[in-house]
Amino acid sequence: MISFVLRRLALTVPVVFIVVTLVFSLIHLVPGDPVAQMLGEGAAAGQIEQMRHDFGLDRPVLVQYGLYLRGLLHGDLGNSFRNQQPVLTSVLGRYPATMELAVAGAIISILLAIPFGVIAAIRKGKAPDKVVGLISLLGVSLPNFVLGPLLILLFSITLGWLPVSGRGNFLSLVLPAVTLGGGLAAVTTRMVRGSMLEEIHQDYVRTAKAKGLSERVVIFRHALRNGLIPVITILGLQMGVLLAGAIITESIFSWPGLGLLTIQAINARDYPLVQGCILTIAITYILINLITDLLYSVVDPRIRYD
Amino acid sequence: MTEFLLANKLAAVGIGIVGILAISAILSPWLAPYDPSRQQLEERLSGPSWQHPFGNDDLGRDILSRVLLGARVSMRVGATVVLLSVLVGVLVGGFAAYVGGKIDAFVTAIVINSLMAFPGILLAIALVAFLGPGLDRLIFAQTSIGWVGYARLARGQVLKVKTFEFVEAARALGASSLRVFFHHVIPSIIQPVLVQASVGMAVAILWEASLSFLGLGITPPTPSWGAMLNDARNHLFDAPHMVFFPSIALVVTVLSFNFLGDALRDWLDPKSQ
Repeated sequence: MISFVLRRLALTVPVVFIVVTLVFSLIHLVPGDPVAQMLGEGAAAGQIEQMRHDFGLDRPVLVQYGLYLRGLLHGDLGNSFRNQQPVLTSVLGRYPATMELAVAGAIISILLAIPFGVIAAIRKGKAPDKVVGLISLLGVSLPNFVLGPLLILLFSITLGWLPVSGRGNFLSLVLPAVTLGGGLAAVTTRMVRGSMLEEIHQDYVRTAKAKGLSERVVIFRHALRNGLIPVITILGLQMGVLLAGAIITESIFSWPGLGLLTIQAINARDYPLVQGCILTIAITYILINLITDLLYSVVDPRIRYD
Repeated sequence: MTEFLLANKLAAVGIGIVGILAISAILSPWLAPYDPSRQQLEERLSGPSWQHPFGNDDLGRDILSRVLLGARVSMRVGATVVLLSVLVGVLVGGFAAYVGGKIDAFVTAIVINSLMAFPGILLAIALVAFLGPGLDRLIFAQTSIGWVGYARLARGQVLKVKTFEFVEAARALGASSLRVFFHHVIPSIIQPVLVQASVGMAVAILWEASLSFLGLGITPPTPSWGAMLNDARNHLFDAPHMVFFPSIALVVTVLSFNFLGDALRDWLDPKSQ
């Protein structure tokens, strides 16, 4: 087990390094001078030059890269172009709101996907399977920037049950979490169905049935436990989609998380802040994948020997 | 093909809608009843009527005309991104697998795995955030990420196909490596690539709309469904029709490509059903 964990950790290091390098390179993709872009057309040449110097942008690229890496190792993501505040402070301030939303979205997707996926599998080819299949395909095709406004129209404007935007009590979490988790629920339902279909044809399930156990016990106590193993991986991979989807969802509901901060930073052309947000989301995604892999090896020990 | 369509009603629906969309997209400049950029401020936010079946937006522009022209943008971005991604992905992934050794290890371990370690849409947002909005940049950003999925698929397929006897036979007959690769290996991996490309169209159209919704994609006054939905969210209270029509157009389009992709996959791989 320890060697598997170490091997998996060793594989993560180069990926993190490449992601960091990619994020660093982003600022050099800006057409023209990023500082001039941020300050706008009216900026004086002296002001641009001073700011370029302050942010180290007048140094050779390799020196900038070295300083960037050194900063990261010391937990320094640089300073905002706009208010010169440390990027890390802004990012950490918004991080809990995004994680709250992502976790709520993941919970909603699991709560929807398991029952629907199981029903579709045990009624394969029949009406419930076809209905679940159609709804999940619709869910995959319904982006959160369509679902979000439609939910606001129905539950906030027409029925007046839930707040339109912002982060306050539990009720304010419902619409953003459903918006974010809806698409994931559709993907996970299909995964649960496929995985359950494989399991219910296994010998141990036939044995359990032959022993005279009820269908409910066979499905939920035997088949589902094994059927959920591959679903863990999909959920881990989909957390990345969820985190990226948070950028759109947060901007629809003015949810004060990392996603909204990213969009605000992009609009303000505050490039160091954009880099900090993107890097934080990407590293979170890599860590979630790492945890998923480790969890997977605990749930299914055969993985470690691959 | 006829047998496939008869057996898959959803695929037939998907192909039908995709066909209608493609024709509408091509003919949209002539089908649109009004100039999609013409502002009629006296009609701003007015709901559906006989003159404007989908109503008018916050600048008084005809929403039907904008939805029609939006189809053109979506299909153009989707088709270009998928075409370029397939081309780059199949060539890079397929060639790496075909050659094997260090080149394959580099392409797989460094390029494919690292890009896969990033959530795709996040990287697309990051690229356009720094490159700036615009059609060509949008296509560049989407293709920069989109090709990786095809490369991984092509690599897996070529690793399998290159051990087949017909490839050995072609080599034994004296065909050059490049000839074997382009004339024998690549044609035999086209089917799974087609399935992925069909779903890839749905993804490319969704990403274009997502980026335009965030104000990072298509720039005004060019109509895009995502940008139309971005405008609409400020008028949820007073003009909900601004949300409905671009939403329906987008969802129906994406759904059709997904129908098609699902049916193709089931047809080519009956075990997946």
